Amino acid sequence: MTGPLVLGIETSCDETGVGIVRGRELLANVIASSMEEHARYGGVVPEVAARAHLEAIEPALQRALDEAGVRLADLDALAVTAGPGLAGALMVGIGAAKGLAAATGLPLYGVNHLIGHVGADLLRPPGEEPAPPLDEATVALLVSGGHTSLLLVRDLLDDVELLGETIDDAAGEAFDKVARLLGLPYPGGPEIDRAAKDGDPAAIRFPRGLTQPRDLERHRYDFSFSGLKTAVARWVEKADDEGRTLPVADVAASFREAVADVLIGKAVAACTDRGVPRLLLGGGVVANARVRRLAEERCAAAGVALRIPPLSLCTDNGAMIAAVGAGLVAAGRAPSGPAFGADSTLPVTEVLVP
Amino acid sequence: MLLAIDSSAGTAAAVVDGARGILAERAVADTLRHAEVVGELITAVLREAGVGVADLDAVAIGVGPGPFTGLRVGMAAGRAFALAAARPALGVVSHDAVAAAAYEADPSGELLVVTDARRRELYWSRYRGLDAAGLPIRDEGPALARPADVPARERRIDATAVPAGMLGLVAERVLAAGRAPAPVVPLYLRSPDVTLSAPKRVS
Ligand SMILES: [Zn+2]
Repeated sequence: MTGPLVLGIETSCDETGVGIVRGRELLANVIASSMEEHARYGGVVPEVAARAHLEAIEPALQRALDEAGVRLADLDALAVTAGPGLAGALMVGIGAAKGLAAATGLPLYGVNHLIGHVGADLLRPPGEEPAPPLDEATVALLVSGGHTSLLLVRDLLDDVELLGETIDDAAGEAFDKVARLLGLPYPGGPEIDRAAKDGDPAAIRFPRGLTQPRDLERHRYDFSFSGLKTAVARWVEKADDEGRTLPVADVAASFREAVADVLIGKAVAACTDRGVPRLLLGGGVVANARVRRLAEERCAAAGVALRIPPLSLCTDNGAMIAAVGAGLVAAGRAPSGPAFGADSTLPVTEVLVP
Repeated sequence: MLLAIDSSAGTAAAVVDGARGILAERAVADTLRHAEVVGELITAVLREAGVGVADLDAVAIGVGPGPFTGLRVGMAAGRAFALAAARPALGVVSHDAVAAAAYEADPSGELLVVTDARRRELYWSRYRGLDAAGLPIRDEGPALARPADVPARERRIDATAVPAGMLGLVAERVLAAGRAPAPVVPLYLRSPDVTLSAPKRVS
């Protein structure tokens, strides 16, 4: 397999990612995370994340080049996340990318982070069976600490529609907040997953946000997790007030079930409504065992083909940004202009910033 | 020959040569567009100076103090440029460039350099004069203080820009004098100040 050799930089949240791809072949995927530094705050602190990016970016670049066994002079292009994400964090990646571009003369593509999550599933390491192409319309559910978005991808580079997104907290944020309520450490996703293992998912019926008929009219594919978070908080407070021991496993399992139910329910509904029997999952929440399992069950029942990229490509990474860049180069697209900046609310319809 | 970059105030880039001085220098004063302009400024000064990447000996990078978001952009660009050019990155305290420029005009006496730190605070550094290598002697700072707590000095410069050309020349003089440049580590002088809030009751 061959294709453009592209280096991608991702700094939209708390992972400093540098990846190198040749077309759809993954050559390097270096990720430095500042997650531990955020643990004591119970969530990502933008200034802490941005400081960590500046410390990590140069070593990550060097490591990615070493791992891929390529020199900057061998590259065909550079790609960097232009948004959406934390502005100050994005700017570190953009600054580094522009420094590289100025020194090498390479074309630079400022690309959309969410499109990157979808593009991640095109990548496979050398020697592995190549991933099937994304040449048919696919619904993509992208869920992490920073975003919860449901997309209809008709063409990765040209036709992506935002079906819905969270109107308050991201799903990953809800995991972090509920973990804190239950006295579990940050990040909440894996902790809740662990705690829920021996719990009964049907023990407590927590609310499913935006699933009532009147909500569905306006927010058919949107998500809301703030009501769920409050419901869990109330339940925990009540148990506390009544002097009961908190059934952590049951609360965790019931909360996780409510999140997974809404996420997968809406995603599969979108597949059915739009006549698109293909669903792709992306983002860190894919690491959640129950979310994956429920997706498998419901997709099988609805006749929907399910795609889940390898986990190391699901969480934020530079390789997925490089993958989009490689697609743009292969399609003969012109790079971004020299004056692009960070756009923390870049819409998903904008794959490449001008 | 050096490329110099500073984004501790606006964004500035220059190409300097120890013997020939400042060959090209450009700046954008806007303190909200560092990420937008940094790449173009670097390419512009290289082109204007007629200098290729291979002609450079090192990259001088202003390490602040300065508002963090902007400061990081120039530092990230400078470090990545240095990596790509396979040249060393040299840190320069941004106030030193302001002081050196001031002493160029009048080389005598004490000098206070002050820049905006936002949130009603200032960054300041106190200098005594130039040493034999032509480098400003910093006696105190850079430090962070409320305006009332900044030491009073007769000669005080409230700088809104950091000259990249002079920053590059300071780095050249450091090298020529055989001294160690400052580490390429940002001078934030402020902790990320996040407050830990305990979860509040909802019912
Ligand atoms: Zn993401």
